[in-house]
Amino acid sequence: MSAEINLTLKVWRQAGPNAEGRFVTYEANGISTDASFLEMLDIVNERLIEAGEEPIVFESDCREGICGTCGLMINGQAHGPQKGTATCQLHMRSFSDGDHIVIEPWRATSFPVLRDLAVDRRAMDAIIGAGGYISVNTGAAADANLTPVPKETADTAFDAAACIGCGACVAACPNSAAQLFTAAKVQHLNLLPQGQAERWARTEAMVETMEAFFGSCTNHGECEEACPKEIPIDFIAWTNRDYIKAKVKNRKLVG
Amino acid sequence: MLGSLDARIPAGSLDSKWTDHKFSMRLVNPNNKRRFDVIVVGSGLAGAAAAASLGELGYRVKVLTYHDSPRRAHSIAAQGGINAAKNYQNDGDSVYRLFYDTIKGGDYRAREANVYRLAEVSVDIIDQATAQGVPFAREYGGLLDNRSFGGAQVSRTFYARGQTGQQLLLGAYSALMRQVTAGTVELHTRSEMLELVMHDGRAVGVVTRDLITGEITPHSAHAVVLATGGYGNVYFLSTNAKMCNVTAAWRAHRQGALFANPCYTQIHPTCIPASDDFQSKLTLMSESLRNDGRIWVPLAHDDGRAPHEIPDADRDYFLERKYPAFGNLVPRDVASRNAKTVVDEGRGVGPLRNGVYLDFSGAMARDGEAVIRAKYGNLFDMYERITGEDPHRVPMRIYPATHYTMGGLWVDYELMSNVPGLFVLGEANFSDHGANRLGASALMQGLADGYFILPYTIGNYLSDFLGDPALGTSEPVFADAEQAVADEMNRWLSIGGTRSVDHYHRELGKLVWDYIGMARNKTGLEKALSEIPALREEYHRNVRVLGSADTLNQSLEKAGRVADLFELAELMARDALTREESCGGHFREEHQTTDGEAMRDDENFTHVAAWEWNGEGTPQTRHREELEFDNVELTQRSYK
Repeated sequence: MSAEINLTLKVWRQAGPNAEGRFVTYEANGISTDASFLEMLDIVNERLIEAGEEPIVFESDCREGICGTCGLMINGQAHGPQKGTATCQLHMRSFSDGDHIVIEPWRATSFPVLRDLAVDRRAMDAIIGAGGYISVNTGAAADANLTPVPKETADTAFDAAACIGCGACVAACPNSAAQLFTAAKVQHLNLLPQGQAERWARTEAMVETMEAFFGSCTNHGECEEACPKEIPIDFIAWTNRDYIKAKVKNRKLVG
Repeated sequence: MLGSLDARIPAGSLDSKWTDHKFSMRLVNPNNKRRFDVIVVGSGLAGAAAAASLGELGYRVKVLTYHDSPRRAHSIAAQGGINAAKNYQNDGDSVYRLFYDTIKGGDYRAREANVYRLAEVSVDIIDQATAQGVPFAREYGGLLDNRSFGGAQVSRTFYARGQTGQQLLLGAYSALMRQVTAGTVELHTRSEMLELVMHDGRAVGVVTRDLITGEITPHSAHAVVLATGGYGNVYFLSTNAKMCNVTAAWRAHRQGALFANPCYTQIHPTCIPASDDFQSKLTLMSESLRNDGRIWVPLAHDDGRAPHEIPDADRDYFLERKYPAFGNLVPRDVASRNAKTVVDEGRGVGPLRNGVYLDFSGAMARDGEAVIRAKYGNLFDMYERITGEDPHRVPMRIYPATHYTMGGLWVDYELMSNVPGLFVLGEANFSDHGANRLGASALMQGLADGYFILPYTIGNYLSDFLGDPALGTSEPVFADAEQAVADEMNRWLSIGGTRSVDHYHRELGKLVWDYIGMARNKTGLEKALSEIPALREEYHRNVRVLGSADTLNQSLEKAGRVADLFELAELMARDALTREESCGGHFREEHQTTDGEAMRDDENFTHVAAWEWNGEGTPQTRHREELEFDNVELTQRSYK
């Protein structure tokens, strides 16, 4: 049943990319446990505006866990305490009266803070641009049913394709690697028959673009734990395998 | 002044119009394409598909999106699927049947020629998306699976679990990023279009504001494409994403682009009701739940008992009672209006008495909990995450919410607005869904427009300008537009009022929901026409926007969007008041059959209403495009 709780928030405030940031404490009283975490911040912001203070900048859009826009470090956990849940789907019934909540932006060198809790995640688009596609111009496709795809293959490709590109994997990784994000896209396409022609070039280009922006993966597994879509790190293992093969095949040393 | 509107529909039989027209349109040869600049505003299904396709053809394309990445666009949230007339199921589907179902579903208020073309290209979309690696659901044999959807008697919906929009958008996004890498598309993220720039009566560019730095930038082009989505957020609470807005379309409207059928909005019956005053958005639960859930409310007003304490005799299964043939599976608009009726009567359920029950206990007793869990488990989990209630134990509570807007900028057959050089795609235009959109047709239309229609028709426009460079951004028209944006920012920051932008947006939403929601009547609409301007006047006088224009300032971003929604809301009321009939999502209480069903007036309203901006403070002028039905017969819908 719904109840009202009082909370103390420690929120990262930073005026701009080059400004110095700091934690500011806010009391958030009378918050309904039916409110979502972001609605709780909406309420805090509404009160800040009424008080003449600039509201806390945080990003969100769909608020149903699919667009990947939102993402906060909540008490040191990417997207907060509920497993498999993006920040926007987290509700205040996960918290108790009197809780202190520390709210930070994603922390990673490749995700510079823009303001308060908003970060720049364009490096992830660069990874997709490096090869996260199948090269087929509009109009060039054959009938869809000409290429059967085993159901298990399609389902596994889908499990990888479910990635929402939020960046929680980067934020959770001690090395700030975007390996789960990269591997999810690599494997989504590498698993499908349509993706075979570019498989090796794609793998090499995407993995190396990832390394150019982000840290390297050393198999901590924090990413899987933080992922709101619960994408398994099996995809990282498969991508590592494909990457080693790609290093050989892309040099045309084999048939 | 405009005459009656000419959609420039090609002559010939329905099934040859598009083929013939593609041949008769002028082409731009490959060497010349790289001399043309095209701006695409928006990066959802329609915008990303168009930009990628134009880039592949060799045009110099610039994509402007206010998102941090093109992949965020709200197309991503579409759940159900995408229709296509593949007839893979051998169940009698055809291009003509998809065309017919869409025309009928739209309650005979869409253009035959456009809808037929949509059905024609639907099959190519599935091929294209599959080749891109979109992981559609498959059968064990490896071929594509289909399911059926409302308003159709065939299985023609392709789907990717409950995330079809996400997967299709990621496909279009990957095609777009490929062109960005190839250098044919220049991508500008966090860039919000705030003005359309006109010269000699043509669209020649836009002005954007960088949402991080506040920098105001002119962009010139030979043509401008708007693919900026719908205006459902005029209701504040809707299933739309928080940032969805009408601003790009509305700024174009203020420059002369006609806005068509704004009163056609779609309400989805199965959403989770608002839980408190701070509710920020509503979440859709798939319509498929109505296959096994029974919808009911208590017979008595303000019955305070828990649902399991209310015996069957004290329950009103109102859809089953009123519509014995279709029962809980009546179309969206009928289910929605009936839920509103019982809630308005004081028989709503839940803490705020603002919902109706959707009860699975009967289905679980019949089929076993495991079967129901297998069918709807993910939806039950989502519901529980949001409400904290387990639908296996307690009936779900649902209520209708705004979901899609059929109205939008008027376009002709080539998807060009009445402003030469301004093209409008996807939900932002008005053209294909008439007064009501069928399920799984929004994704189809966005991709049809972007992949397969605009890339042909834009050449027909551009070929007139061979050898002409795009207008320089140093021209005065650009400086004027940049100044207008700068002035607007300063105006918001200098008001120094007392209430937030969100406060006014919420208040506006209540008015629009009450008066221009699921059911409208003359009295309410007239009230809307006096109360909305009054609230708008207060908004401009008393809104509080803190901070400055040269930083990331989300209140400032929203201030202009809400101002545009205010103006749109007034036009919606005017459009709804003028349309003295009920059709599709537009239900006028004065115009219903004795059974309470929507009653069209085909004699007087078989036309599109397209409104022309006349300046602030002056009502828009209503223009008409007559709709001709040469192929289908207009009938009354009935679901008894």
